[in-house]
Amino acid sequence: MSAIHAYARARACASGSATPVATVRHVHLSERPLVFVPLTLAGEANAPLAAMVGTDPDRPALLVVPQPRNRDLRFGFAAELADILLPYVDSFAVAAGEATDGAERPDGPLSEDAPQVLVPNPGGVEFARLFGRSTRFRRTQGEYAVKPSVPLLGRWLTFFAECAEHPGSSMMLAATDALTLHWATGQSAVEDANLAVLMGWLAPPPGTTGAQAARLAGKNPAKYPPAGPATDPRFDKDKLVPAIAAYDNAVAAPDTSDSADSAALRRSAISQLESVLRELLEPTWKLMWQAIALLRGLPGGASVAGRWESDRARFAGFHEYLAEGGPPQARRDGAVAAARRLNRLEQAQAALEAERAFDDPLVMADHRISGEAFAGTVVAVDRDRRIRNGSGKGRLVTRPLVTVRTEDPVGLADGTKVIATARRRQDCYIHAVDRQGDHVLVTVEARSGMGRNSTPAPGSVPKEGDTLCYSSVLADRVRSLNLPDVSATPWTHGGPPTPYEPNTDDAGEAWE
Amino acid sequence: MNTPQPEEHVPPAVQSERVTRAILDDLRRGIHRGVIVDSPPGAGKSTLVVHTAAVIVAAGEPLMIVAQTNEQVDDLTERLARRLADELPHARVGRLSSARYLPPPRIARLPNVIVDDDINALCDLEVTVSTAAKWGYVREGSWPWAIIDEAYQMRSDALLAIASRFQRALFVGDPGQIDPFSTVRNDRWHGLIWNPMHSAVAVLRRNNPDLPVHRLPVSWRLPHTAQRVVSAAFYPYTGFRTSTGPEDRELHLRKHTDGDGPADEVLDKAAATGWGLLQLPARHTPRTDSEAVQAVANVTRRLVERGAIARSGDEERLVTPERIAVGAAHRDQVAAIKKAIGGRADKIVVDTANRLQGREYDITVVLHPLSGRRDATEFHLEAGRLCVLASRHRQACIMVARAGIRDLLDAHPSNEPVHLDEPVKFVDGWAANQTVMAHLEANRVSV
Repeated sequence: MSAIHAYARARACASGSATPVATVRHVHLSERPLVFVPLTLAGEANAPLAAMVGTDPDRPALLVVPQPRNRDLRFGFAAELADILLPYVDSFAVAAGEATDGAERPDGPLSEDAPQVLVPNPGGVEFARLFGRSTRFRRTQGEYAVKPSVPLLGRWLTFFAECAEHPGSSMMLAATDALTLHWATGQSAVEDANLAVLMGWLAPPPGTTGAQAARLAGKNPAKYPPAGPATDPRFDKDKLVPAIAAYDNAVAAPDTSDSADSAALRRSAISQLESVLRELLEPTWKLMWQAIALLRGLPGGASVAGRWESDRARFAGFHEYLAEGGPPQARRDGAVAAARRLNRLEQAQAALEAERAFDDPLVMADHRISGEAFAGTVVAVDRDRRIRNGSGKGRLVTRPLVTVRTEDPVGLADGTKVIATARRRQDCYIHAVDRQGDHVLVTVEARSGMGRNSTPAPGSVPKEGDTLCYSSVLADRVRSLNLPDVSATPWTHGGPPTPYEPNTDDAGEAWE
Repeated sequence: MNTPQPEEHVPPAVQSERVTRAILDDLRRGIHRGVIVDSPPGAGKSTLVVHTAAVIVAAGEPLMIVAQTNEQVDDLTERLARRLADELPHARVGRLSSARYLPPPRIARLPNVIVDDDINALCDLEVTVSTAAKWGYVREGSWPWAIIDEAYQMRSDALLAIASRFQRALFVGDPGQIDPFSTVRNDRWHGLIWNPMHSAVAVLRRNNPDLPVHRLPVSWRLPHTAQRVVSAAFYPYTGFRTSTGPEDRELHLRKHTDGDGPADEVLDKAAATGWGLLQLPARHTPRTDSEAVQAVANVTRRLVERGAIARSGDEERLVTPERIAVGAAHRDQVAAIKKAIGGRADKIVVDTANRLQGREYDITVVLHPLSGRRDATEFHLEAGRLCVLASRHRQACIMVARAGIRDLLDAHPSNEPVHLDEPVKFVDGWAANQTVMAHLEANRVSV
């Protein structure tokens, strides 16, 4: 935990109300997100029990699996979910790789906007990942056939879950993660993972403090049920087990009686289950929209739009891939794919860290405390300094020096690259750090962003009295690896793998 | 702990020579595409690399050498160039660098070293040395031989990026050092034999289980006083011996006239036994615990003020500030310690465990990674971090810590999730910490 976070938590604990740890919103929020609250059955690996899903706060769809151990019903649930998720995804138009003026776009297909799936907590993301895993390889013909929409749903769920791994992507967000990115509470991280308790801190009912509301929510799982995917054991015992048993009885009832009767019996059992589960899901559903409203109340950070644009490109690319009949995502990454992905994730992580700090002084404060950034007033400028490039042998270049007086604990070595928040296009390097008792004089050398002339363009060099914040936490800290083609995987990593071909075994997997 | 007993009756030089010969034989025979050499701290890893390189160059085979940091590359370049200057005056060493690299004087003045940022300018040379990162950008060409130094510090994806460049390779490294890390957390590759977060050697061995593995048996750096505890804590299954016996190294501190505080007391203890623990009262503190930082600074300052004479065999020398290192886990701690030591810090090396890897000093002063902590995270428990901090010294190591580390360990047993098909880490950080603390407590001075 960073110093700022620890301090914010301590303050929240002392005051009883949540403390902001961000001044702007660091995630994108769609105008039309799809909220998805899944529940699973305890004791079964990723067996869906129910889900509340939809884009309209007032009209959620409730999907229920009356007997979660029944695989046919499970994939029936998948088909129902597909009937909601696929039209939602398809409602975001993807244009072919051409701009309006007809010129070829080298960057691939485009979409105006992209879908966004919001789940209550990281468990929801994990559910999507596993459910995607269990549906994307299904066959639509022959033995164990499922509806054609089911494997397609699996590919999309997998896509969303992979996006959730990608630092800075807002395509699939867990509400608890998004909220704790912006506010600190006076409770532990484990408690923060409970949406009801967390929302107690962030949006307490009038007349109560956050701490009181959170305590109330934590103590009463009947009124504030866990946001899933796991359910409360007492609920399982008292309500769920009898309701499922009633359904089982209705199905098992001998067919000798009037068939209309047995159908009615089954319907009533299902509607009983539905009402039990609706009651369980509705509080979380409401909390999800409250959380969205809370986050919408923050102004978006400057770099959020850029990251959402990458999300849109990812979405459009995957949309096109599926339209061209691309096979399901591989079960596991090969050696080269794994290294590529890790490299991509690390680059995204570095970029996100840098952008968040540049967007938000409260995030930058973390780096200032750790000595990786500093803020202060310019006390001296050598604007017209010119030196010879390349260890004193090259041509003359303009290299102004800017000295900043700061009280931050600067921990930067000479030669470290820094950029000022207000001057993002100017690469600077630490020239000297002079510690003087209670303050530090840091001199940086500007190396770019001064125009082409021998003297810096007007305004391109800071002047005395300017207040600046320089940071060394920059996006280019992780460089891209030059990895071989999959077919050239070297012997050190097991040699080239045999290419994946979908086969019938995939579909039969774990059915019975 | 059942530590293998070193063969005390064989002289260390002979024992070491045997292993080196076996390594070269394996390389020459060429049955395997790779040979792995595990080396405990200060066991002559660089000497082996330079020696093997000279043998390959003498045989007329082009060679690429891969190290992990620019400093390591410069060290190897310098040592190899000096050796080749004597043995093979015609051979030249290429130092492949980034465009921004300015060769330090020690490299620039070597006549048989050519520095360039373009591999095409170096590809005719007998041997080319660079960092793994820079080698990753070489897209063409193939060398019959490669030596990969500090291979346990290298992540397997970095090896993947360069493995097409060589036919056969010698992988050298210290398995007890800090594992490579990633800024992202992701469970998706657990159990894969090419997990990109694992070290290059881990992945290499899982994909090629029959590669021969050699172990350098003798630590030339560590004093005899470190043999038992360091090998039991960090090399429990392989062990190693120190080149020197109980009487071969001696640290003599000049008598102090002013004051007789705990800093002096712990220094005396360390001079006598090779280890010292300065224990502050138990307290939970922020990372930059000002009292602990001050204590580290005091010990260091007293050490310089009193002046120490280090004897090794018949050779005696004054322990100058540049032969003293101060280590800590985090950069902010390093910054705080530097500030607390003040003016003398210029010559004394104060750095994080990560950056002290592979270095050697006479005396080290260490802020224990678990001092004052409320929890014991994976980072702070990592065996490699403590191993680096506890194995840089030729004479003595002094640790500064808050009391209560044993209790902290007892309260935080390793609880890392176990994944299918994932090899268990062979040195458990928790156990290693316990072993080291148990040994240190015998040499404790409490404040």
